[in-house]
Amino acid sequence: MSDIMTAKDLSLWYDKTQALKNVNITIPEKSITAFIGPSGCGKSTFLKTLNRMNDLIPSVKIIGEVCYNGQNIYDNSVDVNELRREIGMVFQKPNPFPMSIYDNIAYGPRTHGIKSKVKLDEIVEQSLRDAAIWDEVKDRLKKNALGMSGGQQQRLCIARALAVKPKILLMDEPTSALDPISTSRIEELAIELKKSYTIVIVTHNMQQAVRISDNTAFFLLGELIEYGETEKLFSQPTDKRTEDYITGRFG
Amino acid sequence: MKKNKMIERAIHGVFLILGLLTFGCVLLITIYLVISGIPAITEIGLFDFLFGTKWASTADEPSYGILPFILTSIYGTAGAILLGVPIGFFAAVYLSKLANPKVKAFMEGAVSLLAGIPSVVYGLVGMLVLVPAVREIFNIPDGASLFSAIIVLAIMILPSIIKVSMTALEAVPKEYEDASLALGATPVETYFRVSVPAAKSGIAAAVVLGVGRAIGEAMAVMMVSGNVPNMPSLFQSVRFLTTAVASEMSYSSGLQQQALFSIALVLFLFIMLINATLNFFLKKEKD
Repeated sequence: MSDIMTAKDLSLWYDKTQALKNVNITIPEKSITAFIGPSGCGKSTFLKTLNRMNDLIPSVKIIGEVCYNGQNIYDNSVDVNELRREIGMVFQKPNPFPMSIYDNIAYGPRTHGIKSKVKLDEIVEQSLRDAAIWDEVKDRLKKNALGMSGGQQQRLCIARALAVKPKILLMDEPTSALDPISTSRIEELAIELKKSYTIVIVTHNMQQAVRISDNTAFFLLGELIEYGETEKLFSQPTDKRTEDYITGRFG
Repeated sequence: MKKNKMIERAIHGVFLILGLLTFGCVLLITIYLVISGIPAITEIGLFDFLFGTKWASTADEPSYGILPFILTSIYGTAGAILLGVPIGFFAAVYLSKLANPKVKAFMEGAVSLLAGIPSVVYGLVGMLVLVPAVREIFNIPDGASLFSAIIVLAIMILPSIIKVSMTALEAVPKEYEDASLALGATPVETYFRVSVPAAKSGIAAAVVLGVGRAIGEAMAVMMVSGNVPNMPSLFQSVRFLTTAVASEMSYSSGLQQQALFSIALVLFLFIMLINATLNFFLKKEKD
């Protein structure tokens, strides 16, 4: 498996507070990489550096590199909108737009210039199928998305992200606001999606990391403590701090 | 314990009375307007009153048609909205989403100041600057016209449109905007395709509020519109519903005075309609 993203000596500050310290990591293509760690450890912050969502916070300062397909995404020549089209994101709280299910999915393709109704219909159906929600919503595509349940909304958000045909899908604790059944559906979906996409998921739930991820990175106080195959990291952690965390001694 | 309960009750009672006082005022004004507005309408005839095109209250054979006033008020308000809403709307989008914090603080202060300027000052500036300018630019005998009134009204409604739209735009959850940006939309695309539609009922409320302000304004428009009861035409002197009441009340008597009350009643009904519309949008915003 080849690597699709690499972070080199990445550090990040919010004003004077350092939130990430020299993070180095390589993320393999078409796999699921999980970021775990206690609250405030920097895992979500790091996830957001991968599609430059941190740019939106005015006081952020970033040094180091994040390479995607060999290109440093923090380079001045990079078109950040194009980058985010290729590296999609699903947020912690389901956040469908207050519009119809159809318009939610079509939003991204329309933004990128697709106007043909036939083409849009096709993309909407395919994206909803890929997100395993087509059968539930196919008869109410014109209904407002806010009328769906939380779990459905989150799968709709995944479908919306897929509609722009990204290469990578970043998921920021996508199940933390959902019930167990919805959670397991999202997990199944993630496993299904890794055939075609690279998935990076931040999770609070260590069982979730074990269940779905190929590789796991453990963050603590802004540092990447340990990174490796999920099975190995959870069975034979090399760092004492990782062991303490996964055995539930803190966090 | 018992004493506490009594104090609670007493305070409750005081607040109730104060609340009823407000309600009482509204009720009193409504009843008064209806009672004093009806006689003239019955005497003149509803149709002749509302659709008569000639107002000559002091002529030997007086004529009491208020269509010129109604149309002037409607045209004037529509013109002010046409001019003021786009400016106010884009200013609100800029201030709530794009402006850097320093510019925003400065401009918000300016907008508040604009809201606080008494209408007579708008009228004065309009009279001394705008009216002569309109006369010069359009080469007409008198700059005091519907056009000048529209300009002044458009400026006067800007603060309410900007402020209410801004509140609505700022209340749009950041999550919506994040989702749009994460799909590769640019910030400006995001504001116009996600934030504005999400805030649309609040923005509609802002427009309706602007309509209410424009239609109810008297002093400033009286000073720049020429105050002649012509049928409205952009570069002619005109008289609004509000100014019709204000300009003749001091020397009116008999049927003329009663007719002025009837004009006030018509204006009141307009305002009621606008308020109902406003409440509709505000309620929609809440849902």
